[in-house]
Amino acid sequence: MGAGHTSHGVGSGPGLPDPSLAPLYLLVFIGGVVYAALLWRQRQLGREWPLGRSLMFALGILLVAYGLSPALMAAGHADLRVHMTQHMLLGMFAPLALVLGQPLTLLLRSLPVSAARRLTGLLHAAPLRWLMHPLVALTLNVGGMYLLYLTPLYAAMLESGWLHLLAHFHIIAAGFLYSSVVAGVDPSPLRAPFAWRLGTLLAGAALHAVLGKLMFAGLYPRGTGQAPEVIEAAARRMYYWGDLAEALLACMLFWSWLKARDRERIKAQRQAAAAL
Amino acid sequence: MTVSAASAQPSPTLTPAQLSRNAWIGVLLGIGLVAAIDEIGLHQLLAWHHFYDKSTPKVGLFSDGVFHAAQMIALIAGAFMTADMLQARAFSGRMLAAGVVTGMGAFQLWDGTINHKVLAIHQIRYGVEILPYDLTWNVVALALLLTGVTLWRRGLADPAAHQPQ
Repeated sequence: MGAGHTSHGVGSGPGLPDPSLAPLYLLVFIGGVVYAALLWRQRQLGREWPLGRSLMFALGILLVAYGLSPALMAAGHADLRVHMTQHMLLGMFAPLALVLGQPLTLLLRSLPVSAARRLTGLLHAAPLRWLMHPLVALTLNVGGMYLLYLTPLYAAMLESGWLHLLAHFHIIAAGFLYSSVVAGVDPSPLRAPFAWRLGTLLAGAALHAVLGKLMFAGLYPRGTGQAPEVIEAAARRMYYWGDLAEALLACMLFWSWLKARDRERIKAQRQAAAAL
Repeated sequence: MTVSAASAQPSPTLTPAQLSRNAWIGVLLGIGLVAAIDEIGLHQLLAWHHFYDKSTPKVGLFSDGVFHAAQMIALIAGAFMTADMLQARAFSGRMLAAGVVTGMGAFQLWDGTINHKVLAIHQIRYGVEILPYDLTWNVVALALLLTGVTLWRRGLADPAAHQPQ
């Protein structure tokens, strides 16, 4: 117990917004507003945008907002099990929904052609091209988790406002990156080949399961004063809920595979018919 | 070319390659099914297995994690590949079933010999005489494997199996 009570405003009692997370709240708010504005623009342009995508993005924003909500944040600092639920929401389920909202496609569609071209050029430039590499995305996502839970970083995060902000930003951003690399639906030349995406998913799911068991076995994270039963329950939660998230990612990946197979088949049939 | 030309017509026959593909998809599903039965039945309902066996060596922990992830993905991959065969009108339920039984048997045998005995990741049940459990486990596995392989070979040999279902 006692995690966070000497901190600079971290875990400052239930109900009070956590000032250290203010930039993150702002970011989520801006994300939601910009998406809504772009939807409005699509309407003005008289273009269709599938409702399902908008609903998914809204769900993603809601999940992030709930995951960062002051009450849940305070409960998460007091109890590792709640923290693990937060981690799942912010790092796995919310990014999945956000990716399905196809925010980048919406942005590119709404911009004038010249601006869209410039943005595409920017997006395909070096930094993002590296980030979108499966190994980089995997390392950022899974490596970040191993670092957070198996080193003193978790205990340190509870005591320091900016580390706390950084860790939560990283969980969300790395989760989004990983989800979009594995199962992204935004059309992009940066998208890795299917085998790479499948391999990344396999490695991510395996390393997630291994981390759950390492935490269970070694009672990580240490130095938080959490009871062993609480840590064991949190590790189990990570293992099974992680499974569910990875299974959903696999469904998204194979769903796009199935659609691509169908397109190829139709194309081959057309070509065969034309050749007759 | 034969695939697309055949699927354009109403009643094609399946090529041996398509039959085998159905069976291999079945193997994926079988492996995933055994894992699901193990996880839900033995871990969750009977609580015979432990979530984590404290004597598990680190190597076993990693191989366990990889297999756990692979099984989950195999089940999902198998389901989507089955949907693909249905869309392509190249589905054979008979070959798929043969593959499922083969996959279940092969994986259970692997689990019962390599995982339980060689790597000793975990045992079937704790605090009991383990030999009858191990014997039952592996005999069932072997029976499934032999049944599956027999069904597979018969399916390939039988002209009736070449009709899509």
